[in-house]
Amino acid sequence: MNNPLYQKNIISISDLSREELELILTTAQSLKHNPQPELLKDKIIASCFFEASTRTRLSFATAVQRLGGTVIGFDNAGNTSLAQKGETLADSVKIIASYADAFFMRHPQEGAARLAAEFTNIPVINGGDGSNQHPTQTLLDLFTIYETQNRLDNLNIAFVGDLKYGRTVHSLAQALSLFNCNFYFISPEALAMPDYILEELNEKGINYSVHASIEEVVDSLDVLYMTRVQKERFDETEYQHIKSAFLLNADMLENVRENLKVLHPLPRVDEININVDSTPYAYYFQQAQNGIYARQALLALLLTNHFQDQA
Amino acid sequence: MQHKLQVEAIQHGSVIDHIPVQQGVKIIRFFNLTQTDEKITIGLNLATHTGQQKDLIKVENTFISDEQANQLALFAPRATINQIKNFKVVHKFQVQLPDSFIGVLACPNSNCISHHEPVDTRFYVKKKSTLKLKCHYCEKTFDHSFFRELD
Repeated sequence: MNNPLYQKNIISISDLSREELELILTTAQSLKHNPQPELLKDKIIASCFFEASTRTRLSFATAVQRLGGTVIGFDNAGNTSLAQKGETLADSVKIIASYADAFFMRHPQEGAARLAAEFTNIPVINGGDGSNQHPTQTLLDLFTIYETQNRLDNLNIAFVGDLKYGRTVHSLAQALSLFNCNFYFISPEALAMPDYILEELNEKGINYSVHASIEEVVDSLDVLYMTRVQKERFDETEYQHIKSAFLLNADMLENVRENLKVLHPLPRVDEININVDSTPYAYYFQQAQNGIYARQALLALLLTNHFQDQA
Repeated sequence: MQHKLQVEAIQHGSVIDHIPVQQGVKIIRFFNLTQTDEKITIGLNLATHTGQQKDLIKVENTFISDEQANQLALFAPRATINQIKNFKVVHKFQVQLPDSFIGVLACPNSNCISHHEPVDTRFYVKKKSTLKLKCHYCEKTFDHSFFRELD
């Protein structure tokens, strides 16, 4: 059976259909339980970080190596021709892509991955372009929800923290809008979900509501997705006043649903108290590990046309 | 009753009619119509049959292409274009907002990659009624008031 993602680019989560998302998630699950250490043994993957990243870069490199592939690339654009000699990104991509079978990139400017894909014929995977998209993060989030809830449809999901600037929550809400979930948005008023996301949800007929604190809704949730409210966006007095509404501690989880899972894209600061770590609801560290399987799934599907038949 | 033309008729060329007030001068500037040697007549704040006001532009010996007509829709979504030959209207059509604009507008997002690379900008029309455009590269959606060229 041909797979619809073979040789495709993964630039924006909204480029993927519900069926394609489901294919990636079931492939991630398959690879988690049945490792394929030789699947990419003849493949070279370019991993180009024009902007620093630790977890995404290490997770991606691990994913390639666990599938038997080889990684080339750089983790800092400072030493590249792009920075040193003024080469355009378009030229850099053309050259590097001629050495490799797939191109994974992070870049500080929005639209860089879309542009890169127009200058090469190998699959481009967006590892984050400025404040725009980070689809592999969204895929690992979706995989974690799917793994812990056994479905993506009709879930009650709360997003907490910085909903205005957090690209993670924007992309996840956009992806989950294909699955008819109920959303609860909990943030300081100044960091509320942007209008364009709410308009998209309205157009799709998705139920959502806005709340002032986690406690208002926590007992009816399947997934509690926490993010950090950045202190630097407020003055000190205002921050001390508002922050308690957006912090989670174990006492707040006494009457929650058994299947509740608390997720976080990490790194956390103080928005999840460490006393939550030992509860059965904490799943953020497993979520980070799932990044490896989500990225393996993408590589497997982009680079092998008949992966499902082999698995 | 004697009728009097508000703006002198032209022999050959195009008449862009039903331009919202304030937009006529912007159109002249956007299409670089001041760079041509052809005779151009501009009418600002002209009265319409319904008692409202409009702008109007007449350009002699110039016929507006479909692509230009589409771009006109950025300023005047309900404008009509009359093509004149020997003082007669030989073709009349309304401009239509296209699905996308390529290489016409700069992205209002200063951190968009399109500012730094050898590519044409591309915007998709998201909402025709209030003219919202989404950048192909940075994926941000902007109201028309964000575009310097349309200001």
